[in-house]
Amino acid sequence: MTSALGKDLLALESLTGEQIRLILDTAEPFKEISERSIKKVPALRGSTIVNLFFENSTRTRISFEFAEKRLSADTVNVSASGSSVQKGETLVDTARNLEAMRIDMVVIRHSASGAAQFLAERIESNVINAGDGTHEHPTQGLLDLLTLRDRLGDLTGKRICICGDVLHSRVARSNIWGLKHVGAEVAVCGPRSLLPNAIEEFGVIVFDRIEEAIEWADALNVLRLQLERMTAGYIPSSREYNRVFGVSRERLERAPRDILILHPGPMNRGVEIDSDVADGPHSVILHQVTNGVAIRMAVLYLLAGGKPELAEAAKGGRA
Amino acid sequence: MADEIVELNDGTENLVIVGIQRRGVQLARRISSLIEESENATVFQGSLDITLYRDDLQTVGPRPVVGPTDIPWDIDGRNVVIVDDVLYTGRTVRAALDELADFGRPAHIVLAVLIDRGGRELPIQPDIVGKTISIAPGERVDVLVEDLDGRTEVIIPATAEETAR
Repeated sequence: MTSALGKDLLALESLTGEQIRLILDTAEPFKEISERSIKKVPALRGSTIVNLFFENSTRTRISFEFAEKRLSADTVNVSASGSSVQKGETLVDTARNLEAMRIDMVVIRHSASGAAQFLAERIESNVINAGDGTHEHPTQGLLDLLTLRDRLGDLTGKRICICGDVLHSRVARSNIWGLKHVGAEVAVCGPRSLLPNAIEEFGVIVFDRIEEAIEWADALNVLRLQLERMTAGYIPSSREYNRVFGVSRERLERAPRDILILHPGPMNRGVEIDSDVADGPHSVILHQVTNGVAIRMAVLYLLAGGKPELAEAAKGGRA
Repeated sequence: MADEIVELNDGTENLVIVGIQRRGVQLARRISSLIEESENATVFQGSLDITLYRDDLQTVGPRPVVGPTDIPWDIDGRNVVIVDDVLYTGRTVRAALDELADFGRPAHIVLAVLIDRGGRELPIQPDIVGKTISIAPGERVDVLVEDLDGRTEVIIPATAEETAR
């Protein structure tokens, strides 16, 4: 089972710009399906997909589930609590047991970086990474790219700044790789305590002041500031963070051009982003959520591939 | 063909002409403008991409290029004409019928094709045909249209070239 993307979608780092553009282009017609009164096409009829969520998630899990159902796949949700995981079963044993029930794909969210790859190497089903530790969250990166492309057009040379807790963010990593693969210019902005050491080696610009980032960027992707970072001593207080790094309307009004505002959710209003920005004219935050379903449909569809030699043979006979 | 469509549907009222991506869409556009000219009426048009409704997805795998489906009209109770360039096995039309059913329940659906090349694998027949030709299963018929190919003709590549129309 190989497709234009290979067996699995684990990270954007290992994809090419061409593969990323293929996913974005494939997502375009899937947007329309969610606007129909019957929001369903039979493309994945008969496929069984397991959503294996070892970490809490609302948006991502529901988005995957809508995508699967709108492609007519059969889905099962497994969460860590209330399953055999609580009894001490290992990840591989859980997956192998599921595979013994003849499944086709696994969507996995796990708190350990590399969990998706670990699983992909050990089972035959297609594996989609729905977030692994602080490593990557590829479908979030892709839906951010799609949203940016919808508004900015071709992303070559466009300036995107990722703001906030880059150190702990898998969304930031997927964004950096994805944006660089399609030729965008990428910057990060946040307190040095929340930026990885040697972040410059990613090939990104670093801004220490949010005002500089706003001056430079076409779009800001504002990351969630996880409140447990305060107790861990990364920042003094959420109020001080908001005062120094918060994206506010006053700051955006001083921008030399209209700036798009993205946020992967869930938002801390009044911390990393102010309410009048989140709900304001520059915000594309809900557009991101809508695009998430289309992107996940595209990824599921592209990974569900059959045998390439048959695809070649079928091209000649198409009528 | 445009005249036949008008005749078969008792005029242009309630008519929706739907092309199958990609060349069926171009043909549907041409037919619609011919009808609009001769009947002095507005014809509703749409396009269908049947890729997600194919019956060979599991064996053949996804086709990377999925085109847009655009049915902006309510098709309930209307007379729908499906337009495609070449009719061969009938599987594309089968998929198009399935997809249309997800958009509503037309009063009638008819099928108009430029070329019928025979070789059906399903019990599907066209109502309006530009030209019927018979060629071997291994051969191909290509319909070229102005917008996509720069010229308008029908060719059978690699073998004796024949120009219809």
